[in-house]
Amino acid sequence: MKKIGKQTYKMANDVYIRDVYTLAGTKESEGPLAKDIDFILSDSLWGEKTWEKCEAKMQQYAVENLIKKNNLKKSDIDVMLAGDLLNQIVSSSFAARSLEIPFIGLYGACSTMALSMGVGALLIDGGFASNVVCVTSSHFCCAERQYRTPLESGGQRHMSAQWTVTGSGAVWLSNENNNGDYPKIKNVTFGKIIDLGVTDANNMGAAMAPAFADTVKQNIVDTNSDINYDLIVSGDLGTIGKQIALKLLKDENINIEKKYDDCGTIIFDLEGQDVHAGGSGCGCSAVVFGSFLYKKLIKKEINTLLFTATGALHSPTVSLQGESVPGIAHSIGISN
Amino acid sequence: MKQTKETYKKIVDEYTPKNKLLKNCVLAFIFGGAICTFGELIKNILMNFSFSADDAGAMTSVILIALTALLTGIGIYDKLGKYGGAGMIVPITGFANSVVAPTLEFKREGYVLGSASKIFTLAGPVLLFGYSSSMLVGLISYFIDMFVA
Repeated sequence: MKKIGKQTYKMANDVYIRDVYTLAGTKESEGPLAKDIDFILSDSLWGEKTWEKCEAKMQQYAVENLIKKNNLKKSDIDVMLAGDLLNQIVSSSFAARSLEIPFIGLYGACSTMALSMGVGALLIDGGFASNVVCVTSSHFCCAERQYRTPLESGGQRHMSAQWTVTGSGAVWLSNENNNGDYPKIKNVTFGKIIDLGVTDANNMGAAMAPAFADTVKQNIVDTNSDINYDLIVSGDLGTIGKQIALKLLKDENINIEKKYDDCGTIIFDLEGQDVHAGGSGCGCSAVVFGSFLYKKLIKKEINTLLFTATGALHSPTVSLQGESVPGIAHSIGISN
Repeated sequence: MKQTKETYKKIVDEYTPKNKLLKNCVLAFIFGGAICTFGELIKNILMNFSFSADDAGAMTSVILIALTALLTGIGIYDKLGKYGGAGMIVPITGFANSVVAPTLEFKREGYVLGSASKIFTLAGPVLLFGYSSSMLVGLISYFIDMFVA
């Protein structure tokens, strides 16, 4: 049994994170990660007629360039694991339509990057695939119109609201290292849905923080702390969720304050870019993982990482019906 | 998790920043007031051109609505709304913005099934309750007049 403890899978074989490719929008290019993102979109439509088409093109472009950059053929990729925020995850399926790679669509809201890497790692470790591409995306304009109000309506955003990242990130997982030195996925913890009754859809960080705390704790318990993580990163809790997550973990006697950060607070200059609580969206953790965290691992600035993307699994319809926001988090334990 | 929904709510309230009520009220007063003053200015100018007060009032509304549609279309109104808050929503310009914004946004889904069907998504409640309450008040006033006269 490769399952250890209650929720964690320990890889028996090597699962290498061979390479990443990221792209993002113009607002993200004004943020701290600007120079590390592989490609910046010209504008929010990027030559397409609709924002939805633009988002599908973003995923397609990320996968195509990841493949090209590594001199691979599309046929070398056994399966593409992809997801996004739009209804029926259309960005992913429309990207996959042109890519002609076997496609598994996943929905974990903003946790999808970790979810896809987790599922990909299991496929490789189980011997079912040799090369897997994991890709997610989000687009500010598509997300606003689906979840909130039309872009041009004049109103105020809540101080606890987060800004959906326009971006996409693709990750190549492989069972081969070609004698290179690459970070490896060591363990995967799939989280439980935790819902502590937050009904405010403008406070996603607070809705997701308990799920983050629960999955991180479970990863540490299940693995018996066999990896001392240099850095623990949440997906997109933002400033409020980040503080709450630290408090919740502290209450469980787990202090990660010195080695904890959040993708939603890394991607933007929180003061200068007026994004209130920080970034969010499937593209947020994807871009931060690809352009920032992976590079830290490659440069050996950190040697171990617990990448825990978080998602708020609600919809505008059920929110209006008064339902609370169910949170989820998946952890990927990575080591050089 | 040790937390229950009740204990967690307390934590969330403690960490979530409050909206700046006083600042928002002052800004709403200034922005909303500025729009109304601007409206008065237009009305007075029109009356100087020998329009009646009623005609000038109606024309002022039309001009404010047209200006809002323009400012919404070129992406300025939402930026003003960010600062002005309720001051930008309550006057007639806010209503115009709430009609123009979805109409623009859903153009790509088609003029009929997109723009036309989504045009009142934000303004719909205002129209419904506006019309219903004016009918109700009208009825009340009708009966009062009947009994008093």
